[in-house]
Amino acid sequence: MQKVLIIGAQSGIAKALARSYAARHCQLYLVARNENLLQEQKNDLEIRGAKSVEVALLDVNNFSDHAQTINSAKQVLGDIDVALICYGTLPDQKSSEHDFNSILQAMNTNALSVISLLALLAPVMTAQKSGSIAVITSVAGDRGRKSNYIYGTAKGMVSRYLQGLRASLFSHNVHVVDIKPGFVDTPMTSTFKKGALWAQPEAVASNIIKAIDKRKNVVYTPWFWRYIMLIIKIIPEPVFKRLNF
Amino acid sequence: MLATRQHVSGWGRYPEIDAESLKPRNTVQLSEFMRTHQNATGNVFQGICRGMGRSYGDSALAPLLIHTAHLDNFIGFDAANGVLHCNSGVSLGCILDNFAHRGWFLPVLPGTRHVTVGGAIASDVHGKNHHHDGCFSQYVLSFRLLTAHGKVLQCSATENSEAFYSTCGGMGLTGIVLDVHLQLRQIGSAFIQQRAIKTSNLRECFDQLAANEDVRYSVAWLDCMARGDQMGRSVIFLGEHCDEGGFESHRKISLNVPFNSPAFLLNRHTMKLFNQFYYQFSSRTAAPTTQHFESFFFPLDSISNWNRLYGRRGFLQYQFVLPNETAYTGMHEILSRITTAGKGSFLSVLKKLGAANENLLSFPIAGYTLALDFKFQPDLLPLLDTLDSIVLHHGGRLYLSKDARMTATTFKRSYPQWQQFVEVRNKLGASGVFRSLQSVRLGLDDEDREI
Repeated sequence: MQKVLIIGAQSGIAKALARSYAARHCQLYLVARNENLLQEQKNDLEIRGAKSVEVALLDVNNFSDHAQTINSAKQVLGDIDVALICYGTLPDQKSSEHDFNSILQAMNTNALSVISLLALLAPVMTAQKSGSIAVITSVAGDRGRKSNYIYGTAKGMVSRYLQGLRASLFSHNVHVVDIKPGFVDTPMTSTFKKGALWAQPEAVASNIIKAIDKRKNVVYTPWFWRYIMLIIKIIPEPVFKRLNF
Repeated sequence: MLATRQHVSGWGRYPEIDAESLKPRNTVQLSEFMRTHQNATGNVFQGICRGMGRSYGDSALAPLLIHTAHLDNFIGFDAANGVLHCNSGVSLGCILDNFAHRGWFLPVLPGTRHVTVGGAIASDVHGKNHHHDGCFSQYVLSFRLLTAHGKVLQCSATENSEAFYSTCGGMGLTGIVLDVHLQLRQIGSAFIQQRAIKTSNLRECFDQLAANEDVRYSVAWLDCMARGDQMGRSVIFLGEHCDEGGFESHRKISLNVPFNSPAFLLNRHTMKLFNQFYYQFSSRTAAPTTQHFESFFFPLDSISNWNRLYGRRGFLQYQFVLPNETAYTGMHEILSRITTAGKGSFLSVLKKLGAANENLLSFPIAGYTLALDFKFQPDLLPLLDTLDSIVLHHGGRLYLSKDARMTATTFKRSYPQWQQFVEVRNKLGASGVFRSLQSVRLGLDDEDREI
């Protein structure tokens, strides 16, 4: 039976992940902002087969509360087999690109708070000499694009941090996986027009769990994004800067 | 809560419209929306709730749609009595995935697992066991209904019973079901023992269905292309739950139809060929076989997006019921009309239904029902109008969840309790608020006001 910590448990992908782990009869520790919704989620997961579900409140933008959250999770779960960081916001590029306060807010929520949590998780996982850390970043972090570079910058920062962390924790038998989803139909993207490239959170969650089980390093989900991003990454900058996306 | 503009249609893909879609994240957000949308903007909310979009016609279509995809939590389960409490956006498939292996089963299942609990209530779906167990709503112990004013009403057969009997089968026109207490049934295994009976014409098919009424599940696949003496020849499938065999989950073979297939692939000749093969290859004295409930109840679910097989213009499903006394002559006449018109249905399903329940708009009445799929073609509509008059003449009616085209007059003549339904809707303040393309077409709501 795995012991799973999920930070940002109310996000669309996290809900699907939690349900998959519940079906495996795992022990869950959920962290999110809204107490009522967490309580509802706890009931749902227990009915779906979770061995036990503990919940804790955290606003990730209160960095000073991070240590307390990680400590409580460690205390409740004992060894943490899987630590998932699943939250994020999608800043509106147009309205925030010339407004540093919005940019800072986006960086705090999507990058620095994640790094803060990882910095606290790393020693815990190192001490237990086991476990996986999985963080949801984004394909948007692979290259700065005109239409979405605030979000892309934050996600890219986390991806780069994870590269270093992976190497640093490798010798301690701690696995670090960077999950890069493409377009996923979740509340975060509820206002987007959905097309053929869009995936459902359940499908993405199942890819993520496979990646954790197989101790992959970087995972694009759905799989075809690896090739889409490969193409986007090799476009030479003189051409890329003229493109409209 | 922000809306997106989307191209939407029912499962039959006719008609298709552009609509604003809202996806509330939870019931609190939804209730809040209903309250504030009214007061702050001065606009009355006008639209309809949509689950998985499996009703065939225009009953889950409106310029503004509220999707229940995120209202999908289990809330509680009483393992001693098999009572499940869940949100209305939970799908029947999800309930089966979580409970069938524990020996708890849904007492009524339609032909697909991709239906929400809310949708199953709105359509008051029936299954292969209607003659034995009735409709879905008969296992709904209670639900909470979000009304037009943003108030929440507790409804059951004894509490706010008017709202209960009009919401069950009420096509979403009374309000939005938030959460439901549902009675599950205990089963001994995940397997169904199936027996097939081949019949050589409609008379024999009727007789066999009547003779096997004590069997829990029964349904007939009908070769609607057969003419003359063989008209109405069929293969009847009978099923009972097995007591043994375990609860292992089904190994799913899933195929997908990734895009619209050219519509000409489904024509009279291919349909005739398919129907003939299907009939010929079912053996007359088949020994009982055991199969997983998934393949017994949901054979079509193994092909995702099978509705695309009918091509870009979609299809119409025509399902009617005729009372026992007139069913044979009426159905005979309808089948003759279809074959004379040179039309055909790829899949035609005949079933004997049991007694009607107390809901004001539920489809089933004691008699026989036939469901037919027709590829959409302009010359189809006049034929279906003719069929409507035959159905009316024989005291029957059409299933609202399949309908995309019947007239208000046909509806009002065949659903005698429609006026009572209107009264309850008015009392709930739901008229004109919870409205679909269908409710307008059927004369339950006025033509469009500006939204």
